Amino acid sequence: MFDVTVVGGGVIGCAVARELTRRDLAVALVEARNDVGAGTSKANTAILHTGFDATPGSTESRLVARGYELLRAYAPNAGISVEETGAVLVAWDDEQAESLPTLAAKAAANNYMHAEVIDAKEVRGLEPHLGDGVTGGMVVPGEHLVDPWTTPIAFATEAILNGCQLFTGFAVASCRVNADSTTLVAADGRVLRTRYVVNAAGLHGDTLHQLFGYTGFTIRPRRGELIVFDKLARPLLRHTILPVPTAHTKGVLVAPTVFGNIMLGPTADDISDRSATGSTKAGIDALLMKGRRILPALLDEEVTAVYAGLRAATEHSDYQLSAHADNRYVCLGGIRSTGLTSSMAVAEEAVTLLSSIGLTMTMRDVGQLRDVRMTPLGETDERPYQRGGAVICHCERVTAKEIEAAVLSTVPASDIDGLRRRTRVLAGRCQGFYCAANVCALAAKASGRSMSEWMGVP
Amino acid sequence: MIDVAIVGAGPAGLSAAIELRRRGVGRVVVFERELFAGGIPRHSAHLGYGARDMHRITTGPRYAALLTRRAEKAGVEIEVGRSVTDFAQLSARAVLLATGVRERPRSARLVPGDRPAGVLTTGSLQQFATLHHQRVGNRAVVVGAEHVSFSAVLTLAHTGCRVAAMVTALPHHQTYPLLRLATAGRHRVPIHTGVDIAEIVGRTRVEAVVLTDGRRIACDTVVFTGDWIPDHELARAGGLPMLLVAKAPIVDASWHTQQQGVFAIGNLIHPAETADVCALDGRAVAEHVIDWLTVGSWPAAVAAVEVAAPIQWAATSAIGVTFRVDEFVTGSVAASNGSELLHQTKRKKWIPNRAYHLPRLRDCRQLTFKR
Ligand SMILES: Cc1cc2nc3c(=O)[nH]c(=O)nc-3n(C[C@H](O)[C@H](O)[C@H](O)COP(=O)(O)OP(=O)(O)OC[C@H]3O[C@@H](n4cnc5c(N)ncnc54)[C@H](O)[C@@H]3O)c2cc1C
Ligand SMILES: Cc1cc2nc3c(=O)[nH]c(=O)nc-3n(C[C@H](O)[C@H](O)[C@H](O)COP(=O)(O)OP(=O)(O)OC[C@H]3O[C@@H](n4cnc5c(N)ncnc54)[C@H](O)[C@@H]3O)c2cc1C
Repeated sequence: MFDVTVVGGGVIGCAVARELTRRDLAVALVEARNDVGAGTSKANTAILHTGFDATPGSTESRLVARGYELLRAYAPNAGISVEETGAVLVAWDDEQAESLPTLAAKAAANNYMHAEVIDAKEVRGLEPHLGDGVTGGMVVPGEHLVDPWTTPIAFATEAILNGCQLFTGFAVASCRVNADSTTLVAADGRVLRTRYVVNAAGLHGDTLHQLFGYTGFTIRPRRGELIVFDKLARPLLRHTILPVPTAHTKGVLVAPTVFGNIMLGPTADDISDRSATGSTKAGIDALLMKGRRILPALLDEEVTAVYAGLRAATEHSDYQLSAHADNRYVCLGGIRSTGLTSSMAVAEEAVTLLSSIGLTMTMRDVGQLRDVRMTPLGETDERPYQRGGAVICHCERVTAKEIEAAVLSTVPASDIDGLRRRTRVLAGRCQGFYCAANVCALAAKASGRSMSEWMGVP
Repeated sequence: MIDVAIVGAGPAGLSAAIELRRRGVGRVVVFERELFAGGIPRHSAHLGYGARDMHRITTGPRYAALLTRRAEKAGVEIEVGRSVTDFAQLSARAVLLATGVRERPRSARLVPGDRPAGVLTTGSLQQFATLHHQRVGNRAVVVGAEHVSFSAVLTLAHTGCRVAAMVTALPHHQTYPLLRLATAGRHRVPIHTGVDIAEIVGRTRVEAVVLTDGRRIACDTVVFTGDWIPDHELARAGGLPMLLVAKAPIVDASWHTQQQGVFAIGNLIHPAETADVCALDGRAVAEHVIDWLTVGSWPAAVAAVEVAAPIQWAATSAIGVTFRVDEFVTGSVAASNGSELLHQTKRKKWIPNRAYHLPRLRDCRQLTFKR
């Protein structure tokens, strides 16, 4: 019997599990897929948001600002790469330029005091490769880049090292709330007993909410397609280039990544299928058109990856966080487009919500707790190949040792996508032309599973 | 001090190294990032290697092994597992780039859809099949219909994978009729022309591809073939200017790049020729490298051969000026030095994705096409 079970191993659920294991609690983390961080948390734009453009006074505004501080402090020791680039928000017509002072005031209302409106010439001075037609801009010096892949895995690893039990392939299908415990039943029939439940099910947050008998929000997935350009494009940019946001979306940005690429996106399409993470011709075409205007030289470079992520948008603009004493249940829903940044603050909030409905807990001795130290994946950190060893993936410079380690780690990679998120292997420009076979062979050897399993051969 | 540092131990780099040693150059070191020398032929298990340089026809792996042995015998130092990412890592009197070519993967071709397992290139397919003896799937669609696409059909058939179809956006396939017959013909593979892949379907494993004409082909594997892109990252890191369409470093008729002391050969500069032509590049560049080592002069200007549509690009190879067209077209190609005609060739059918050669010409600066 667990004290708390967190449903959903995205960045939110992993952060919550980590926070809970710092207390004297028996914690379980259940995830429907075979790995953590494999849903929306792996497919975003990976900006560490300051929250300058949030709705002042909202829960999101508060938790993004707090999460920003927490993650910045946590990242260096945990091996999560953060690259301090800052952002320039760029206006492309007069109307947008006129809205800049309002945006600066909004930033101040969000307690972000470093945003500064600049003129078109200054924008060009900062980013000489931008396209024609810039009418003004605003610098947001604290808007940085973070490694989205390592973040949830680091949280989960630390949670497990401190006693959390991870159940993968456990898709909660139904629940029975009894007097002093709740039974969660997985689609495959496995059951798990727990006193408290935290809903961190992302795109399925509303479904789980309903299982516990609540309504109040409905997820309407908003798809964001993204194009990642070759590392040879990286010198074209110094900052993240943000558009003037609209009510609907933060808009299409051009941003460097901690892996040394340039990313263009995301689009924002309201769809109904919660698993439609495919890219579309319309999306790609729209992005290329925008990209050509923002950073024309970008389009001369090769594309390394195209992908899409689904935001857990709802009919509300704010996060949907709530605590329900009757069912000993906490909901962390509707965390749409800032959850990577806010995750650690949402975890703190979850603790507060749990204690508000009667869960008592005390902090464990710091001396009893184990830290996590992942191998950083970002270009600003030192990477293993720089210390020598046989490189298997030439594009991303991944060593054989890293692949073996990822297969044998605390939260082990179980497929190629998991390996990619732990090492960057196969994430580069050749997409496996050179190394796919060698990578599968190495993973097979290290894991004792067959090569065709790693290849996904039917 | 290294006399000549060669990057890439494929047919081009190894052949250059052998020839340099044969002509008495002291220290010739080949840096290869893979753990074995030989380049692409190492995993290209079918016949078709060595015709023009060794005057025999053998398989890729045999050819790679033979070249490697000859290089070792000739006293070439081969350093494997060494990925060169910056010219500054090479302290040598001359540098020779022979980093080869790869195929554009699905993402670089902007093919929409899901991102399931089962999407390959011929290069990765060959490695799974030849180096690791793996079956890759049961039913494949091959994207492309140029020479290498048909080699992919053979490799797939060899692993026991049925080929459901080949797909090319061009109006006809682009290989020799005999090669088509021996591969797609023999395995009864239909070739869908004039259509492209519109979408890949399948959440975890490929389930189908949808074509631009709406047809849906069930399959569990998709192999993207050809559509070459030079492995030019080192060349670009070193600041070498590139040809526009080919994205290959610009060289003159004796493979000098615009940077003093740096030469470039093989499929890095002409994506993609057959291996034997790359090997002949290697042999032919040796005398120019030795000139540089002994005389020390470098051409003042290194310019690309200018081309006009439907010619895509032109570059120097050992057997002449090599160029490509981007459509099926009738007409004549004329080479000039800017003012006078040097050579003219007429053909009823120029075929895209084929390598064409004009004889080696002095001072060829421009190719024009008359329909
Ligand atoms: C295009 C795009 C760009 C973004 N850009 C940024 C950005 O730049 N910065 C930023 O901070 N944020 C960004 N975000 C937002 C951020 O990615 C999300 O807020 C965050 O990933 C949400 O995490 P999560 O854990 O709530 O959801 P998820 O990552 O989706 O995790 C939920 C998990 O729950 C599991 N699950 C669901 N149902 C069940 C069940 N019944 N039983 C068991 N498990 C279940 C799922 O399998 C999944 O793994 C972006 C999002 C998108 C889509
Ligand atoms: C899938 C495929 C099938 C083919 N089939 C045929 C065929 O059937 N017949 C035929 O004649 N030709 C074929 N070719 C053409 C092939 O490219 C040539 O045969 C030949 O291998 C090219 O020779 P190369 O020396 O220029 O390059 P490659 O053989 O590609 O060798 C380049 C070498 O450089 C290394 N390298 C690259 N960058 C670096 C770096 N930065 N540092 C260190 N090392 C580096 C690579 O690892 C590689 O080993 C095929 C090509 C491909 C891709």
